[in-house]
Amino acid sequence: MHSILQTCLRPQLWLPMKASLLIASFTLIAYATALGADDRNPYAGEPKAAKAGEFQFRINCALCHGLGAHGGGRGPDLTRAQKKHTHNDAEMFQVISNGIPGTVMPANGTNGQGVGMTDEEIWQIITYIRSVEVKTPANAAGNADHGKQLFYGDANCSLCHTVEGKGGRVGPDLSGVGGSRTRDAIIDSVRNPSRRLAWGLTESTKEFPQQYETITVVTADGKEIKGVALNEDNFSVQMMDASELIYLLQKDKLRSFKKSRESMMPIYKPDLLSDKDLDDIVAFLISVGAK
Amino acid sequence: MTGRKVFTTLCIAISAWVTFASLARAQVTFERILNSGKEPQNWLTYSGDYAGRRFSPLDQVNASNAHSLTAKWVYQTGATGKIETTPLVVDGILYATAQDDRAFALDARTGRPIWMYQYPVPTDIRPCCGHVNRGLAILGDKVFLGTLDAHVVALDAKTGNVVWNVTAADYRTGYSFTVAPLAVKNLVVIGVSGGEYGIRGFIDAYDAATGERKWRFYTVPGPGEPGHETWEGDSWKVGGAPAWNTGTYDPATNQILWPAGNPAPSNRGEGRAGDNLYSNTLLALNADTGKMSWHFQFTRHDEHDWDATQVPVIIDAGGKHLIAQANRNGFFYLLDRSSGKLISAKVYGKVTWSDSKDAEGRPVAKKDASPTLEGHTVCPGALGTTNFMAPTYDPQTSLFYVTARDQCDIFSTAPQPYEAGHAYYGSAYFPSEEAEPYRGFLKAIDPATGEIKWKFEHTSPTWSGVLSTAGGLVFTGDAEGNFIALDAAAGKALWHFQMGGAVYAAPMAYAVDGKEHVAIAAGSALYSFGLP
Repeated sequence: MHSILQTCLRPQLWLPMKASLLIASFTLIAYATALGADDRNPYAGEPKAAKAGEFQFRINCALCHGLGAHGGGRGPDLTRAQKKHTHNDAEMFQVISNGIPGTVMPANGTNGQGVGMTDEEIWQIITYIRSVEVKTPANAAGNADHGKQLFYGDANCSLCHTVEGKGGRVGPDLSGVGGSRTRDAIIDSVRNPSRRLAWGLTESTKEFPQQYETITVVTADGKEIKGVALNEDNFSVQMMDASELIYLLQKDKLRSFKKSRESMMPIYKPDLLSDKDLDDIVAFLISVGAK
Repeated sequence: MTGRKVFTTLCIAISAWVTFASLARAQVTFERILNSGKEPQNWLTYSGDYAGRRFSPLDQVNASNAHSLTAKWVYQTGATGKIETTPLVVDGILYATAQDDRAFALDARTGRPIWMYQYPVPTDIRPCCGHVNRGLAILGDKVFLGTLDAHVVALDAKTGNVVWNVTAADYRTGYSFTVAPLAVKNLVVIGVSGGEYGIRGFIDAYDAATGERKWRFYTVPGPGEPGHETWEGDSWKVGGAPAWNTGTYDPATNQILWPAGNPAPSNRGEGRAGDNLYSNTLLALNADTGKMSWHFQFTRHDEHDWDATQVPVIIDAGGKHLIAQANRNGFFYLLDRSSGKLISAKVYGKVTWSDSKDAEGRPVAKKDASPTLEGHTVCPGALGTTNFMAPTYDPQTSLFYVTARDQCDIFSTAPQPYEAGHAYYGSAYFPSEEAEPYRGFLKAIDPATGEIKWKFEHTSPTWSGVLSTAGGLVFTGDAEGNFIALDAAAGKALWHFQMGGAVYAAPMAYAVDGKEHVAIAAGSALYSFGLP
């Protein structure tokens, strides 16, 4: 009930909904009064609060969502009016406070870095995000249906990547990538796969749980194995080769161990995958990621 | 009861009394901490000794048998989040802390708890960087805890009962304690956290018996005090300079040597023109009065959060009275301890902010190192070349071992109004995507020359501190959950144990029943290792 109500409260839906949901709107005015102060942004639309929220955003959110909330390759572009996990200010407040289970979005103050936010500061951030939203929906540049065909067909993406339970395991599962990364970041990952190998961030903010670095080892009996790192420490490595075999190896038992930041993913140059086809694939990933 | 049983009972009672008596006698006096080297089985203060060396004279575990080390016990603290504690051990009892100001005492032989104390942390508290605590101090029959809401609490070492509880500052304006206090003479010395909130930093000393505050040294001087002129306008009021890592004590001069951290706001120098004393400064304070005798500032007018709170280590070598600090700004500093004069400052990690030195030999910031509105890449990043991870100095190898990180960040700056209790950074920093992947090391530095004798590369940067022992070993932990013993001379890993949780604590060593243990916290547990 609460979530349906909040969906109806979604400000950006007021215009398209105004005719068909007029009656429902009357109902929710009554509910909105009952929601209590905590469910409404006390600073909605206030430029001063948006400015304060911009500072807070820089400190607390920009690490993943980028300066200006345009997305940083790790967190989604928050200037998109359409958001996957939140439909109104109250839900956004909950998401910032409690995080999103199953994703790298942490609960306020729990990532062990920096200072947690007060309720007031969270509302200011929401006010800021609303002030930078682009109201028109992101132009779906490509043809998602064609992109799907390419993904599972000629472009060979699904040999290594899974989307919605179908595909290979050597690369990261891309089911959520359309919702969590910007279009530009996805395109860059296809054109320059080695550039954005997940690295360096604290564990909680890593893009993918694995690093996807390329590991080449020669075992004691002289066998060469090349694959992606599933995990690694100073003494052992867990890796998967292109045929999806998992190897659990002790480094001191290996003849050689080489780690490379050249991704095993082929570089998809425009002659291999045209801009148009790539747009279609991105449209497919975004359509899936928005679900 | 038969005669035999009576006899047995009597024997048990007598032996229990003897044990009890040995514990009852175990008042931890100032003299015992001063002479901690004479009781290597105990670990009486955060860094093991007043010099801050984190060196254990125990040598039962050594380079030839370290490969057979094994876990003796594991204590699950029940707390979540990062555990940064260094345990204390006194005559077979181990005292430590966990997240959320939990303190506990264990049988150091078995890990079985004796008491547990949970401080009532206010629910509306928002300390920077997790609800962490780095440990206790002990003096007499009390242990001392600094709390997240800026209280100092004395607990009965035998029961964990509160003896006294005093308020140092108002947590709602951003003050907190995460540091292990330092017990000196009859005083409990403690430095405040809160450099992220625009606090006015201080170091306090409390009477261990009563909790009465004996002195306070403000790390940001007020009007009329020397150093006040290094702050623009009213910026001193919110100048930061926290003091959140445990300092050291020099008995020869009766001085406490305690570092202060970053000025606030950390990423914006505009509005606080000047050197901003005593931010990022090593302070020499008279232990009885808190009066400053000298100071040395590592980073003037800091704009990169190079919060210089790393443990300063007293080194006496070649007739010289020295103090060394591996600083967050990427330089290893060696000072004359009697005068505070700089002897050398040598790079020990990736540094781009400075390429020259002033007449005194202090590194000088390049003009273009300041943060910009759009962001500007500088090395080291805001986490620093090192951070709160405790270093160690091994008098046998004469090497200083420190956890180091090579990471660059994009520093951005933007004006931000001060509001009490709210984060006050003056914008933010971001990992630089153009830079190399972050790398983490254990580095062995020759303090005399600044030369890096060896380095051990971790899979990823770690937050673990380092211990050295007379067994020719150094111990450290990694972000992947390993506890590692290395050969102190050459840096070769001799043994490791997978603890199943990342390390944010520093190791220490103790002995009980004549058997050496090495302990460290990882994940949410405390581990103790020894020979089979």
